[in-house]
Amino acid sequence: MTKIEEILQGILTGNKRSIAKAITLIENATAESKKLIAKIYPHTGKAHIIGITGPSGSGKSTLIEKIVREYRQNGKKVGVIAVDPTSPFTGGAFLGDRIRMQELSTDAEVFIRSMATRNYPGGIARATKDAVKVLDASGKDVIIVETVGAGQSEVEIIKVADSVVVMHAPGLGDEIQAIKAGLMEIADIFVVNKADRENADKAVIDIQSILQLNNKKNAWKPPILKTVALTGEGVPKLIEKLEEHKQFLRKEKEHKKSLLKAEAELVEAIKEQTARAVIEELKRRGKFEELLQKILKRETDPVSAAEKLLEESFRKV
Amino acid sequence: MQSIRKIRVLIAKPGLDSHDRGAKVVARALRDAGMEVIYTGLRQTPEQIVETALQEDVDVIGLSILSGAHKTLFPRIMELLKEKGLTDIMVFAGGIIPEEDVPELKKLGIKEVFGPGTPTDKIIKFVLENLPHRT
Repeated sequence: MTKIEEILQGILTGNKRSIAKAITLIENATAESKKLIAKIYPHTGKAHIIGITGPSGSGKSTLIEKIVREYRQNGKKVGVIAVDPTSPFTGGAFLGDRIRMQELSTDAEVFIRSMATRNYPGGIARATKDAVKVLDASGKDVIIVETVGAGQSEVEIIKVADSVVVMHAPGLGDEIQAIKAGLMEIADIFVVNKADRENADKAVIDIQSILQLNNKKNAWKPPILKTVALTGEGVPKLIEKLEEHKQFLRKEKEHKKSLLKAEAELVEAIKEQTARAVIEELKRRGKFEELLQKILKRETDPVSAAEKLLEESFRKV
Repeated sequence: MQSIRKIRVLIAKPGLDSHDRGAKVVARALRDAGMEVIYTGLRQTPEQIVETALQEDVDVIGLSILSGAHKTLFPRIMELLKEKGLTDIMVFAGGIIPEEDVPELKKLGIKEVFGPGTPTDKIIKFVLENLPHRT
């Protein structure tokens, strides 16, 4: 049996070592990882994928620990991918999300993986969506993706998750912050955490007033829930709403979201592969280096250079 | 897409003491050396540490201990690593560990023991030079 075949069998039987190895292959973008993804793809599509996003300090890790416990009580198998930022200067990362999830480590039906962004923009890592597939194929019923502490534009999570939970906490920002585009638009469920603090109701009202300005008539109205992650207050209600949203997605049969996800993945794969193929071809023809030098000398600019290169090299094709 | 292999390190604190300044200093230094460092917080059981190492697929584990329980906790950790087939992970330790205990710990498979005041550069160099070859 080849190494890939062995890892695949391991994943399908829920073997944690195989899952861990597979995610490493994917993170390191080895040639093997592509073959592996192709092989696991037919076994995916069963899990409910939940994205949890929101600003730093809103309580994402702490809430996730409670969400996992609640799902475990309902007999669900759970996977978690917790993303933290990579330093743009050193390439290193400090991954500390497990601190809040210590006791879940030894649960046989829970798999947690910390992941560094490796400078991928948008709040998740390049490897996140494929790591989700590994967990999906391994038989997890629910997969939770925790984004990096997100501000306004870290919205890549919609390409990965079925249900997106956007967290807020009182005292982190005012109504003007909430009116900005981005995070506010991607939420399927809003959570105001630290609801035992004063001003929690004010945060709820802020979000409500923004949603009222929204004149799109969507079939799903994002509920606004209050939680206290430290005690677990409000978590059962959150699970209930997540289940409702899952049913909604299945019942609607519109599968707009799955279509959107599939489209985004296809477009990205095409972009990546064509860009790589084109650059390699240009390098082979020796044009690349020549133009690079011209850009450095300010004789041309990168956009014109790219246009010229593509025109000269591919017009005949 | 280029293939990039990153060194992944687990910094863990087994046992009951609650002083993690040293662990955090080492974690920070390894991060700044370009590694991905997973830190799990205080009061970890050997089972939790080994499970975390397995799920995170780390190359290296650094154990920090100041309570004096290293002679009980370290053998258990090394035993569990063996049980789970994780013998290709390199383990080093640091904290308050008497000189005379070091040979015994090394016999267990712990590659090196660093005392208080060790310059972080020395630890980084050690990790890079003793990185296990893992498949």
